[in-house]
Amino acid sequence: MTPWTFMVTHRAEIWSATLDHIALVLIAMSIAIVIAVPLGMVIVQRPALRTFSLGLASVFQTIPSLALFGFLIPIPFIGGIGPRTAIVALVLYALLPILRNTYVGLTSIDPAVLEAAEAMGMTNTQILTRVRLPLALGIILAGIRTATVITIGVATIAAAIGAGGLGTFIFRGVAMVSDAVILAGAIPAALLAILADIFLALIERRLRVQ
Amino acid sequence: MHYDRPPMRPVNRTPGNEAPISSATADPIIEFQEVTYSVKGRSAPLISQLSMSVKSGETLVLLGRSGSGKTTLLRLINRMLVPSSGEVVVEGKSTMDWDAIRLRRHIGYVIQEAGLFPHFTVAENIGLVPKLEKWDPARITERTNELLRIVGLDPREFAQRRPAQLSGGQRQRVGVARALGADPSILLMDEPFGALDPVTRAELQREFSELARRLGKTIVFVTHDLREALLLASRIVLLQSGRIVANARPQEFLRIDHPEVKAFTASLQAVPGAPE
Repeated sequence: MTPWTFMVTHRAEIWSATLDHIALVLIAMSIAIVIAVPLGMVIVQRPALRTFSLGLASVFQTIPSLALFGFLIPIPFIGGIGPRTAIVALVLYALLPILRNTYVGLTSIDPAVLEAAEAMGMTNTQILTRVRLPLALGIILAGIRTATVITIGVATIAAAIGAGGLGTFIFRGVAMVSDAVILAGAIPAALLAILADIFLALIERRLRVQ
Repeated sequence: MHYDRPPMRPVNRTPGNEAPISSATADPIIEFQEVTYSVKGRSAPLISQLSMSVKSGETLVLLGRSGSGKTTLLRLINRMLVPSSGEVVVEGKSTMDWDAIRLRRHIGYVIQEAGLFPHFTVAENIGLVPKLEKWDPARITERTNELLRIVGLDPREFAQRRPAQLSGGQRQRVGVARALGADPSILLMDEPFGALDPVTRAELQREFSELARRLGKTIVFVTHDLREALLLASRIVLLQSGRIVANARPQEFLRIDHPEVKAFTASLQAVPGAPE
């Protein structure tokens, strides 16, 4: 059986796994953005919290993904078998690139611009919303893009704890020692990552101020 | 008999009609009263017990070496900094009694490299304070175009450009226009022409001295360049280590017998064989 014939015969199943995969990534990314972008804004003013949160987010990144999924299973409320646990793990992975880029984007603004904003009588909120955020947007988006590509890859491992998605085929293929089945999960996952990368790169280019 | 006269302000000075710069009728619009400014962890204060006043309509140049406290002094005026002791009084009110935001919108500010907002067009940069002050859009556009013409840029050509599409000199012109946005009576300028090439700088200095005369604003101008000070100032205040060492009109300034003044006048003759 060639990978191609397997993909054709199982196209409905692959399609539904792809949709599950996208759902996992979208939910995890939304949560990660909602946590990391505001947190990145807060840590600009708070050095102690900055060290702590960037450190913690880095620690999550260093845990091997399979191990992280395993660690989460016994934890009450967020743990267990299934997509919920997987999403928690994916969020933890996605935090660092978004958090770091938000912080870097907000702090790497030309000091003269910030001085002018303050001197012209903008309030702190106005400086944040009208100057810092618009100028940091390109860099923040670059972080979201990195995180998305990572999440699409890591989400294949979520199948190991019963979260579904394209990883299902990869694990099944490994068990069956069948390249065709592995590729039926791996190829769509790779395509998803590439498409997401291109799409977000386009948005990023539009938003980045030269 | 005594009458309560309304404070006189020189308006629209034109070359043939010089306002009395240091006459008793001009009231101080900015006053430093025994101001000290120090930073934690530094033994010497940046500004020590400094008193001086700026009269309405004059162009006061703060001259000094790097670290002499001139920028600090400027930032004390619009409450970007707060005195450790003493008071800075702007238009009869201590900066501490002013709402900081109100005060700043009331005072124009120009810095080196202009500090234009790169994500705004030229028009949006210039119209920022009017917009913050909720002027109506038509009035902002009108004001923006007027200011562009004042600083010698054609609104049709420049209004919609981004700062990145301007030369250094053009950016600085926009910086000046932006500072004039809501028609402030005071203009603070921190080495505004410092980063320009010498030819463009000379051009802008010349034009700006004309403009300053025409607008009749009170201007406090920071520089370390005596030549620039002599060209623009109606009065020069020389600072050294946070203290005033000289305070005089340009003509008198050169004759003051003080080592720091001598050091600055010596810098004028730095190039052998150059015309003085």
